[in-house]
Amino acid sequence: MSDAGASMKVPVVAARDLTKTYQLGEQAVHALRGVSFEIQRGEFVAIMGPSGSGKSTLMNMIGALDVPTSGQLKIDGVDIGTLDRDQLAGLRNHTIGFVFQQFNLLARTSALDNVKLPLTYAMPRPADPDALARIRLEQVGLGARMDHVPSQLSGGQQQRVAIARALVNNPSLILADEPTGALDSQTSLEILNLFKTLNAQGMTVIMVTHELDVASHAKRLLRVRDGQIVEDRPVHGLLEEAAT
Amino acid sequence: MSLLEFLRTAMIALRRNVLRSVLTTLGIIIGVGSVIVMSAIGGGASRQIEQQIASLGTNQLTIFPGSMNVGGRQGGFGSAPPLTEKDLRAIRERVDGVVAVAGNMNNSATLVAGSSNWVTQVQGSSAEIVDVREWPLSSGRFYDAIEAAARRKVVVIGSTVARELFGGADPVGTTIRVNNVPFEIIGVLQSKGQAGGRDQDDVIYVPLQTARSRLMGRVRVPDEVGQIQVRVDDTHDLAEVQADLERVLRERRRVAANAQDNFAVRNFADILATRSATQRTLGLLLASAAAISLIVGGIGIMNIMLVSVTERTREIGLRMAIGARGGDILGQFLTEAVLLCLAGGFIGLTLGVAISVVVGKLLGWPVFISPGIVLLSILASAAVGVVFGYVPARRASQLNPIEALRYE
Repeated sequence: MSDAGASMKVPVVAARDLTKTYQLGEQAVHALRGVSFEIQRGEFVAIMGPSGSGKSTLMNMIGALDVPTSGQLKIDGVDIGTLDRDQLAGLRNHTIGFVFQQFNLLARTSALDNVKLPLTYAMPRPADPDALARIRLEQVGLGARMDHVPSQLSGGQQQRVAIARALVNNPSLILADEPTGALDSQTSLEILNLFKTLNAQGMTVIMVTHELDVASHAKRLLRVRDGQIVEDRPVHGLLEEAAT
Repeated sequence: MSLLEFLRTAMIALRRNVLRSVLTTLGIIIGVGSVIVMSAIGGGASRQIEQQIASLGTNQLTIFPGSMNVGGRQGGFGSAPPLTEKDLRAIRERVDGVVAVAGNMNNSATLVAGSSNWVTQVQGSSAEIVDVREWPLSSGRFYDAIEAAARRKVVVIGSTVARELFGGADPVGTTIRVNNVPFEIIGVLQSKGQAGGRDQDDVIYVPLQTARSRLMGRVRVPDEVGQIQVRVDDTHDLAEVQADLERVLRERRRVAANAQDNFAVRNFADILATRSATQRTLGLLLASAAAISLIVGGIGIMNIMLVSVTERTREIGLRMAIGARGGDILGQFLTEAVLLCLAGGFIGLTLGVAISVVVGKLLGWPVFISPGIVLLSILASAAVGVVFGYVPARRASQLNPIEALRYE
């Protein structure tokens, strides 16, 4: 799944002394206060934290939707602080696959067309977008429902379409924001298992959540509180420790 | 994103709300439709007038005695000394660019042929009149100068007269009575049709000399000609020839240098100029009406596009998150606005053409839809889309993707 060769050594995400300060009127809000970490290719990382912890700000930055106030964030070796709006859009298009809590599929648009959407913004244009989209839909187990529109699909199926859409440009990482937040527990498990499978195939997955149950499916946990990383540990043994 | 994809995306978006799309374009539909109808009817009328003027002849000058535009105490038409054969000769000999000159007197006359009778206009004209007016015959021949000088009682009749008195039969060779004087019919003129509300074919021509002695009643001088008609060579400038002609006549008729002409020269170019001025005014009026309706339509488009951008904030956020650049979003919404306007333009065009044709059929008005106005109305609709779609499209393209994604 991932690029072979030298790029294997470049971390997918490399954050150094990241800060983000919002100006709310007179008051400066410090959403991030000096965050440093690295995420290597092939990792499955959960980012956890209560609301207001800076978790969303961090996620937006990893998603190249936002740039740091100071410090440096490299996605796939590219410093996003040096990019303009259009370059950020290009980076999002070919490097990051987004999965949202509310799926964010286009209504009245077939699963296939939804999955193809990122390809319409890709440069250069792929030769056969339909074929790429079909492969991804089959990969997430929706090969038989390509012509269905979102209203004809269950929540779990819609999220699978969204994951196929995230995969279609063969990104360096999947960035999932509360991907199971709108799903029941059984369906949540299916989606998490899908992420695990993708990760086992070599895809880097970063998942933002506030549920320990969900985070426990990852391999590594980053806990964010008050704009700082307060814990960075393997997930192994996490639930057992929480129980005691 | 390619133009094709922009179009496809825009089509999908517009089809999602067909009724709203159609209602939105109503302003454009009405604007374009009314412009087409107005210009079709106006264009038909002006083309008809143009054809009529062409049938009268645009290379002709007509000289009347006396001033037609009466100023101060000056007498009316014909109060000045009459024009004479000498004036006619002077024009023929001294004015450059004159192809043919004919003297002409007219009167009304009652025609009797067998048991039918018909009141028409009798033109007593020099034989050259047929060259001046470039009027071909449908049968027989026109009289010549020798017949005219001999005061022969021959007559050439217009097609309306021929139809009224003889039906379908060829009247050449038969005799009719013109004001009780028997005349031999030697020719029938081809139809020229209506001009200025008058039937040009309801006329008979007899030699000027014959008319002067038998049909015109009193003449003020023995060689009086009522009017002089001149045909100007096409390669000469009509205005120059007219000026030259006026100079010759002033000299011959001994008009003092600072006095007004005691004759009047009319040409159809004058009428043409007046007409085109009227047409320009009408066109300007039409254009401003169209502009106002298109602006109103455009504001409607802008309004609905702003609503659409707000409604689809999340979609815009998603598109940006997965890699749409500002230009992609701008292009998408601009395409949508232009497509909306073009659809309105085409609907308006179709409706306008349909209404024009129906109105033309029902009222018997001539209609003419010029390709120029069709092209212009389509281009104008597209321009409205670009101008009024720009602000909403720009607003969409400058949304912050993070906030747009969070928008409820």
